[in-house]
Amino acid sequence: MKLSKAQYDEIAQFLGHVQPTRQSLRKLKEKFPSQSQSTLLSIFSQEYQKQIKRTHAKHHTAEAIETYYQRYLNGVMKNAAAPVLLDLANEVDFAPSLMARIVLERFLQEKEQAIPSKTLINSMLRDPSQIPDGVLANQVYQCTVNDCCYGPLVDCIKHAIGHEHEVLLREMLLEKNLSFIAVEGHIIHWIESKASFGDESSHQAHLQDQFWSYWNRFGPGLVIYWYGFIEELDCHRERGILLKDCFPTDIVTLRHSMAQR
Amino acid sequence: MAAVLELLLQEEVPVSAVVRWLRHGPGHRTAEENHIHDKLVSLSLLQKDFVPFLLNFLREQTSQILTNGPPTPAKTPNSKAHGSQRTGSERRAGHATSSRVQLFSQRTSVTTCTTDTSFSPDAASSGSSSFSGSNLSSPYGDFPSVVSSSSPSFGHSPVLHHGERRSSQKASLGSFLAATPEALPVRRGRRKGSGSAGASGRQVARDLGRSLAEEEDGKSDAGSWSGGRRKRNEVPLVSARSPPSQLNLNNLEEFPPMGAASGWTNKSKPSRRINPTPVSAERPLSKPKTCFTSTPVSRSPASSLEAFAAVQEGHLSSVMSNSLQEEREMLKKERCKLLHQASSPAGISFDPCTPTKPSYTRSASLPAESHLVTCANPAKVSCKKQLECLAQLYSSCIAENLVPNIFLELFFVLQLLTSKGTSTAEDGDSDPEISERNRDVSGRQHFESVHNCVYFAVQVLDYQYEVISHLEKGMLKLLAENERIASFSPTLHKRLRQAYESSTAKVSLLLPCSVQSVSFQPETDNRSNFPSDRAFHIFKKQRDIFYELLREWEDNNEKTGWDFERVLGNKIRAMMAHLSATCNHSHFARLFQKQLIQMCKGPVRGGASWGETPDQDVLNMLGSDNLSRLKRLQERFIVSQSIRGPCPPPSFPGCQQFFRDFILSAGSYQFNQHLMDSLCLKILELNGLTLVEHEHSDGEAEMEEQDEKKRFTVALLSLRLLAKFLGFLVFLPYRTAEQPTRDLQDSALALRNQTLPVLDILKLLRQSIRDQRSILTIPWIVEYLSLVDHVAPFLDYYRKVFSLLLQVYRLMVLSEDKEMSFLNKLLILAVLGWLFQVPSVPEELFFTADDRQERFVMDTVTSAQALDFVPLVDQQLLYTCCPYLGELRKLLASFVAGSGGKNGGFMRKITPTAAEALAPKASVTQRKLQADLEQAFFHNQPPSLRRTVEFVAERVGSNCVKHIKATLVAELVQRAEAMLQDKVKEEDVNNDKLLEEVCTHLYEEGAQALIKGREFCKKKGPEAVRVLLPEETSAAVLSSAENIAVELATERACGWLSANIAALIKREVKATFNRMLKVPGFPLPGEDALELRRDCPPGCQHCAPFPSQIINEIKDVLCVAVGPREEGEVVDCVWLECLLGRLSQTLRCRKFVCPTSEQQLAKCTVELASLLVSDRVPLSLGIKSPEKSPERLPVKNNPTYGLLKLLFSIWKEDFGTSVPVQLIFSKKNMGYLAEAKQREWDLFLFLLHGLIEHELMRTSEIQSCLHILEELPWPSDFVKDLKRLSRVFVSEHQMEEHRTNPCELTRQSLATMATQS
Repeated sequence: MKLSKAQYDEIAQFLGHVQPTRQSLRKLKEKFPSQSQSTLLSIFSQEYQKQIKRTHAKHHTAEAIETYYQRYLNGVMKNAAAPVLLDLANEVDFAPSLMARIVLERFLQEKEQAIPSKTLINSMLRDPSQIPDGVLANQVYQCTVNDCCYGPLVDCIKHAIGHEHEVLLREMLLEKNLSFIAVEGHIIHWIESKASFGDESSHQAHLQDQFWSYWNRFGPGLVIYWYGFIEELDCHRERGILLKDCFPTDIVTLRHSMAQR
Repeated sequence: MAAVLELLLQEEVPVSAVVRWLRHGPGHRTAEENHIHDKLVSLSLLQKDFVPFLLNFLREQTSQILTNGPPTPAKTPNSKAHGSQRTGSERRAGHATSSRVQLFSQRTSVTTCTTDTSFSPDAASSGSSSFSGSNLSSPYGDFPSVVSSSSPSFGHSPVLHHGERRSSQKASLGSFLAATPEALPVRRGRRKGSGSAGASGRQVARDLGRSLAEEEDGKSDAGSWSGGRRKRNEVPLVSARSPPSQLNLNNLEEFPPMGAASGWTNKSKPSRRINPTPVSAERPLSKPKTCFTSTPVSRSPASSLEAFAAVQEGHLSSVMSNSLQEEREMLKKERCKLLHQASSPAGISFDPCTPTKPSYTRSASLPAESHLVTCANPAKVSCKKQLECLAQLYSSCIAENLVPNIFLELFFVLQLLTSKGTSTAEDGDSDPEISERNRDVSGRQHFESVHNCVYFAVQVLDYQYEVISHLEKGMLKLLAENERIASFSPTLHKRLRQAYESSTAKVSLLLPCSVQSVSFQPETDNRSNFPSDRAFHIFKKQRDIFYELLREWEDNNEKTGWDFERVLGNKIRAMMAHLSATCNHSHFARLFQKQLIQMCKGPVRGGASWGETPDQDVLNMLGSDNLSRLKRLQERFIVSQSIRGPCPPPSFPGCQQFFRDFILSAGSYQFNQHLMDSLCLKILELNGLTLVEHEHSDGEAEMEEQDEKKRFTVALLSLRLLAKFLGFLVFLPYRTAEQPTRDLQDSALALRNQTLPVLDILKLLRQSIRDQRSILTIPWIVEYLSLVDHVAPFLDYYRKVFSLLLQVYRLMVLSEDKEMSFLNKLLILAVLGWLFQVPSVPEELFFTADDRQERFVMDTVTSAQALDFVPLVDQQLLYTCCPYLGELRKLLASFVAGSGGKNGGFMRKITPTAAEALAPKASVTQRKLQADLEQAFFHNQPPSLRRTVEFVAERVGSNCVKHIKATLVAELVQRAEAMLQDKVKEEDVNNDKLLEEVCTHLYEEGAQALIKGREFCKKKGPEAVRVLLPEETSAAVLSSAENIAVELATERACGWLSANIAALIKREVKATFNRMLKVPGFPLPGEDALELRRDCPPGCQHCAPFPSQIINEIKDVLCVAVGPREEGEVVDCVWLECLLGRLSQTLRCRKFVCPTSEQQLAKCTVELASLLVSDRVPLSLGIKSPEKSPERLPVKNNPTYGLLKLLFSIWKEDFGTSVPVQLIFSKKNMGYLAEAKQREWDLFLFLLHGLIEHELMRTSEIQSCLHILEELPWPSDFVKDLKRLSRVFVSEHQMEEHRTNPCELTRQSLATMATQS
């Protein structure tokens, strides 16, 4: 699904300061029924990540951390069963999983009298039953499960989606017995499968980190954004980076291999 | 000089005698021996100077005609001729400087005028160097543009570029050489009188030159000048450069409008700068004429004031052709004004005089002007005899390579052919002064009419027919269609027609290739080529940065205001700093060099692709009118890179610019050194190109020739490119903006004579001459030398090189020596001719034959294999290497088409046919006898056989290695893995030692590789040879070929294997071992059992839902369960059942499942089970059980049982990974149960039973888990319940436990432990 810049902007604007919960996602779906869910989720996730990147620092000041931690303590003291952490995250416009991490880190720090290792924290976030405090474990779990943009579950889903699409792509290529191809008149040396929506910032980042590097080493190639992309970004065709939102159909293969078949 | 000419013209001496006289240097033999004409004997001392004199004489003579007409006469000779002057003034002052400037893109705008001053004698007026000045002004880095414009040539580029406009500037020293002072008034008078606006500018220039001469005369003997060649030191250079004050500035007549004075003082007059800013007035009537590029065109009927203003701003107004009269009036007025102003020291530009269009005009050819073009008439030719004589003499000089650049002369001849004399010229209103001047025969005007010029030109063309007939087809077409030739020499016309019709020399126009990156080369670019991970990583980064810079340059370099240094400079230097930190220079230099070849060996890209003048087709399509407009527009945006003038200075067009600027901005000594090393190496490699011997016995010959030609072309073009950059780097440190003073030069010489050149080109040159491979070597050496600094040519070493080149040039007479391909020679002559015109090459070089030079004789014994004798060069290659030859055609085209841009018409874009790198060389055979036998065998076979065998050997050898890796090595690695797996489990093993041990064990087996390799080659080699050779190949030949192929392949493969097998095994084993250690849970003996589940069931359609989808949905269920949930939010029981069903499908189809997603699914489902038994999932029973009651449902009716059962089955049957069911007993999950309002102990018990039943956990495990749980601080009632449950569970399962075979459970329990750890 290719979106024009205008269409994309409309969605992005709607997303404004929405919280990353399933409720928000549902609203989004209602508002843009014609867009595929995956595309919407992908855009949502990317937009949200941008927002988080902007505000990340302010949630990590010593004061902020202390405030959050105290608020958490007070909250669970009043009612341990209430979604204290989740509410707190939503209130201050921060990703629940990240809020959980902040509080967990702070909690461990107090408990161990040392700064906990990243590995430990990650492991606890992945499996909250390892968290020594039962209440906190529940709170953290609630946060990670409810967060649809961050957290171990989401990471895993993203990873799975990426993997699935790569498999899919490989399958398609094998099916067509393709090795040397030209797509829409452009020679393709590599194909990158991106199970996400291609918006400006993520595309720029990918260009920088991946695509141009591939180009430098292997020559021109194709990027498939399975969840669509902003049409206007497809501007490097001539130079050797082609964007598609699906497996291409207009494929020209080397004639020799055709003859063989 | 004149004496000789006089003798000739008066027919006292035949032309042949003069030529003979010229060919033999004085002093070698006696006059008689050489049969020198007696009358010439006494003049022998002058002999050296005669050619320059002759060339100047012709320029001088034709100046008026050409001035008026379109083309500017080629001044070169003059320059050359008057090398002397050049030497002095020009060189120092201008040319060289300018070009240098360009090269190094200095921003200074410059000096220009000076340049002109130098030589170009008059007419040349236009163009030449003068403009270089203008270009100079162009911003940094636009070397190319410069190129185009400035005619390196000494003198002038016939084509007008900006230069033309500035023609006025040209003060040609030359002019003063030949011209007598009296001539001045004459011309001036003429200019005014004739109204042929034409000459004015030039005239001025000329005048300037002249006045200079006059000045000179005052001090020294004018005669010395005329000789032309003054030695550098002996000359008045100084005076030439002397400040204007020394000149008789007060004499306005003599020094007309010459702001020029300022010019030669090297102060550029700002006013002269031609500013590309367009004055884009519409000129309703006149067609775009004169468009000098960006030259502004002023509205023609503009008031004189306006026009004047424009002029002063440096815009030459072009005049409307159809209002010539007005213009003339206007011009007169302007001129008056100017003359007055000129007297002021301010040095107002005298440009204004030039504005007449005709003067710059060649652009001309506009219809409006056409009435000015004289119809050349053979009947009106005067003094035919003398003209014939001159033509013959001149042609002989060309044919004997006595002129420095034959194409420059041809260009001049074509200018004459296309001259558009004005009526004035024929009016015979010759000024009295002229007649006065023509006192003697040689001084007489032989070229006063267009008819005479054309007559002369046609004569010369006739003599030069052979050269001309070898030019490209488009050129021949124009000549064949030239009416003047047809009317002056029907025979020549006929011959040209035939030549055109039979010519196949089409120079094709290829599409520019797009930029491609150099692909990653494992043998040089992978990790093993770097000392550390860091270095490797940094190199990868640099590679990316480099391409990023390249892209940025590509996108922006044509934008106005974009400055390479400003934008990229710091990035490049930062990158260089990284290089230095990791000593990665050599890697980067290699990449740089490869990319350079990749991008630049092909057609000139970048702005050039657009900037190049369009093809005829485009011209036809757009019409000249639109075209010129288009061009102007275009030129306003981009600096045009098209090549102009038959002798442009060296340049870095298109992409080359990037590489040059990169080097300059990087300013890294280390990098430069590595790059030079890399370039030298590649040059030597390419220079060693060998061609397979030719025989024409079989039908393939032609195809092979094509291949050879292609290989040669690629090698030659790459060599030229690399050599240019090498030259650039080598002379870079010595580059000076100006010619150093004599003292500085002497000391520099003393120092630099002590150092050795980076690349011994002298040796290579000698070798190439000896081995008759000069066709490959000379063109690149020329490129290398074209970038010399001012001092280098005077070094002993380079002196030798130049003198050797000069000899080659002299000896490479086109008409002789039929064995050497004509076009091969033509290419060598063209590039050498060009080199002699390069600004920094001293002008005295050509005409001062150095007697001390080493003598060599071109070997007459030719071997068929020698490159020189293979017809390797075709027109395509010739024009690719010498794009400036296209100027000849442009000139003719502009005459015909009448569409003159400042380029004098359209240009043809010439692009090379580039091919890929050379085939790898054959491997070296070890034993000489064997080798000899092999050679003998191949000698008698078609070359294709050898190539096939070598190819097969190479491929089979390489495949052999791959095969060994994939089979033997892989096998060994597997065995090693097994061994390692066993041993690593032992306690406290030292991994490194273990690895070493296992490897040593395997090395012995590795020796098998050689045996297997030999077998492989023996089997595959013959197969391949048989397939590739013709079926008819005789059995004996076939078997020999097979044996050789096998032998070579084996040698190749086994050589590699024996040297590397051990290392290879070790590397592979180590990698496997590392992988092994990294796998979580290793060692896991039960792995094999799990493996079984890694494939889809037979017949699987792979249409199960994606794991990600399922995770997502389960996540939603967990969300609802964990909360917070909205009021009334429930999970539909049926839907959940269905979800679990789909999960089962997903897990069965293994296609899209990856370990991460599977593990996550396992974890989530366990979580789900916990939540289900704790009644945390708000299930809605949907249609199935409408009686929704808060009451606890009887066991069988509670849907949770069904769901749990489903889960058991999925955990047991569908997961390929171990399911962390023990998480159910985690404090957190038990907490759900503890918090439940109504604890579902039945459900929990059901869960426990299920786990046991499905062999997901052992009873004892569950027991211990329960025990641990009991210890935790729970609410007391919960602990009580828990204990009771524990008891119930134990009693129920103790019996079963005994019955269960412990082995069956091993996997699960181990898996469980693994997960826990």
